[in-house]
Amino acid sequence: MSHLLHYEDYALGQSGEHGDYEVTADEIKDFARRWDPQPFHLDEEAGRASLMGALCASGWHVCAMMNRLMVDGYVNHSASMGSFGLSEVRWLKPVFPGDRLSLRWTVTDRRISSRRPEMGILTMHFELLDHKREVKLTSDGVNLFRVRGVK
Amino acid sequence: MKGRWYEEMAVGEGLELGDFRFSAEDIIAFARLYDPQPFHLDEEAGRKSHFGGLCASGWHTLAAFMKCFAASDQAARAELADEGKALPPVGPSPGFADLKWMRPVYVDDTISYRSSVTSKRELASRPGWGLVFFHNEGINQKGEPVISFTGKLLVARRTK
Repeated sequence: MSHLLHYEDYALGQSGEHGDYEVTADEIKDFARRWDPQPFHLDEEAGRASLMGALCASGWHVCAMMNRLMVDGYVNHSASMGSFGLSEVRWLKPVFPGDRLSLRWTVTDRRISSRRPEMGILTMHFELLDHKREVKLTSDGVNLFRVRGVK
Repeated sequence: MKGRWYEEMAVGEGLELGDFRFSAEDIIAFARLYDPQPFHLDEEAGRKSHFGGLCASGWHTLAAFMKCFAASDQAARAELADEGKALPPVGPSPGFADLKWMRPVYVDDTISYRSSVTSKRELASRPGWGLVFFHNEGINQKGEPVISFTGKLLVARRTK
């Protein structure tokens, strides 16, 4: 366990970036068929006719891909206790096939839970960027990591 | 939402969206793709974690919300179309807020999703559309809330 990063290893203002996740039309359609079967997530032609102008990923799929970047990037290298949730998610721009996504995170607040002294609460600001450095999504949320040496 | 126009969305109205059961296979398959943390991938790792059992990714719980939401919208649209009613175009969502994962969702839990309209306003910047806010939640088979969030949706106006 000791090789894992703990609450203490994340400083206020610290940031990191992880990528890149290549978005494919097949994955967009697979996710949509299972979870969000709206025409503009399932079919190129319907995407072109929509407000977004092309086949684009479900917003929930974009969140899931962001989460994968988060887990591979730092959560699985940390003593993670999950998350309470997110205060905001802003879907700013559609995600299209061929986009390569990276996740940038910044620690905006940190404290130890008053009820559970083994639990460190990190508030994070997230930006999901594409290969052209366009911001597709921003979010503010919580990562919970163990405090070192507290059972 | 349920094939309704902006003018037809009443603040305070609650809507049942449907149920979703989380099998172990589904929990693990979703986690492999999008949330490969040990307590979402493996029964034994789940038992050893502070969750005390294999549990679904929070994003899986949200994906299932969307599945129920979309199915309920599409069923209502089909019914209204049969009645010959003009349906609004589907609007985009600018995002969501106040997402709370309150309790883990364990293997074989069934979550019932519901949604209620909390407020709505017309948009000066987009005359054909209004912004509607929802309180969305998921409740497990014991009646305990597992997830809640504020949904936001652009809904087309009948009168421009």
